[in-house]
Amino acid sequence: MFLKRTLIGLLMMVVVRGVIAAELTIEITRGTDNPTTIAVVPMGTTPGLYPAVAIDAVVSADLERSGLFDPLAVSEMIAQPHQKSQVHYNDWRLLGTDFLVIGGMTRDASGRYQVTFELYDVLRQRQLFSKNVNGTESQLRDIAHFMADEIYETLTGVKGAFSTKIVYVSVEQQANGRQNFRLVKADADGERPVTVLDSPEPILSPTWSPDAKQVAYVSFEGGRPAIWRQVLASGERQKLTNFSGLNSAPSWSPDGRKMAMVLSKDGDPEIYVLDLATNQFDRITRHFGIDTEPQWLPDSRNIVFTSDRGGRPHIYQVDTVSRDLKRLTYDGAYNARPRPLPDGSGIVYVHRSEPGGPFYVALQNLERNTVRVLTDTQYDESPSIAPNGSMIIYATKRLGKGILAVVSVDAAVKYFLPSALREVREPAWSPFVR
Amino acid sequence: MNNNVWKMIAVLGFSAVLAACSSTPSEEESMSGSGVDGSGTSMGDGSTTSIGIGSDGGLSAEEMAARDGLQYVFYFDFDQSALDPQTRAALDAQANVLRNSSGVVRLEGHADERGSREYNLALGERRANAIANYLVLQGIERSRIETVSYGEERPAVLGSDEGTWQRNRRVELK
Repeated sequence: MFLKRTLIGLLMMVVVRGVIAAELTIEITRGTDNPTTIAVVPMGTTPGLYPAVAIDAVVSADLERSGLFDPLAVSEMIAQPHQKSQVHYNDWRLLGTDFLVIGGMTRDASGRYQVTFELYDVLRQRQLFSKNVNGTESQLRDIAHFMADEIYETLTGVKGAFSTKIVYVSVEQQANGRQNFRLVKADADGERPVTVLDSPEPILSPTWSPDAKQVAYVSFEGGRPAIWRQVLASGERQKLTNFSGLNSAPSWSPDGRKMAMVLSKDGDPEIYVLDLATNQFDRITRHFGIDTEPQWLPDSRNIVFTSDRGGRPHIYQVDTVSRDLKRLTYDGAYNARPRPLPDGSGIVYVHRSEPGGPFYVALQNLERNTVRVLTDTQYDESPSIAPNGSMIIYATKRLGKGILAVVSVDAAVKYFLPSALREVREPAWSPFVR
Repeated sequence: MNNNVWKMIAVLGFSAVLAACSSTPSEEESMSGSGVDGSGTSMGDGSTTSIGIGSDGGLSAEEMAARDGLQYVFYFDFDQSALDPQTRAALDAQANVLRNSSGVVRLEGHADERGSREYNLALGERRANAIANYLVLQGIERSRIETVSYGEERPAVLGSDEGTWQRNRRVELK
């Protein structure tokens, strides 16, 4: 009996460490019409220093993926300056490059990399900044993303999201008809994936805590859906709900204090708000239809959600304090899964314009009430917005296989993130990490 | 030891092998920033620990239907939870058998892949509840009936065409 209990206990908590095979690759399909040319020169190093990551390549890839930049290939560089005195603006004007990034790295006695990087405006022939950053060998990619963020923010005025993370569900269809599900955390470019949860039962609806240190999700372990929260660093988990019926669609409030969710314990799916400090549930909707997919607005007070109270699924908004409720979408045959832009100016959601038509990701401007379809993939689901409001990651299908895709909010930039070995879905973009 | 314990040992063994095989890149090491260097910025800690869940067994609806000729799967139209006459007749036959037996009746509701995942979870539940309500009308105690929705998470058939979708919009009786 003791042996059986020990085995059950061990089975419930097998720690699987390390990098997994389901790595996402990036396929860029579209960039803006007039990207800004930029040259990111390989970092100068001290003799005998061979860093494991080519920082310039990561920076260039980040900037290129934003769709706004066209990085110069290293093979085309006439010179490779590492400090200001080595910069000859003419070299770069000849190549048609508007901006230049150079830098150098050393390693100190403790093994930490010390990096200096500088941004130059080639046309105006002046330095825009010189900055320092340091980190360990395993943080070289983080250093590169930090550099890309700084460059992006200086040149566009928008905070960079290259240091952010994504979490997504990865599924393998196994030979005996069973499936294996994994919740995976990776960098925003898909690199360095790590398994957060590995399960034979479905996982869905991951949501990030505002400090990006925890995720909450729906897990069907034990045969029924329940909402869990998990600390990423330690793996420590806590089951938040265990009611009969649905326990699903968790949404962590931006102020970190509450979790909106869907429970059907009172007869049909309704939206509830759980106060994480007091463990009190507050019922927000009262309607016999389906109310689901709540998502907080940045004010941590209003919630947008999906409801079919009007006959078909549409997006609504409710004030959790006053309980005022209003309908947001009118166009189309099916509108669901709303995600508000960080500045509150619009909502992104899954949209079907007429019955039988494809499902796209659309953006509705809340002031003008205009609707714009952003994607040309079909069977789109689960849009999630980057914390700087520039890009949307979502799930779709390509040749029958589930992949992730990214589209910019103005639809000018598109790329795919397929996984070689598994189906991927349910992405959630983290808040700013630093 | 019985069958289940051997199964658990096998899964545990496999998991241990998996853990041993996978590499531990420096991502897993605890990285504490050793303070900010003047004008410089130090990188923070970003480690993650993984958790794995074990599995259990179970018979499929197809396996059960093969045994006694009753219908164990019931189908629905897109975004609908209404029961058509064919479904009602099949449920009447099930109810006749269930009235003379005891034990839990588990209804698993499903939806096809289109549309949003959470809405489909709610739709699957609505379908399972529709079947449950009908069985109650046929004299089955509500307390015996367990309903669960899997939404679009457990398709019966893989594919993206009308035929596949139709076969996935279902409730399974177990």
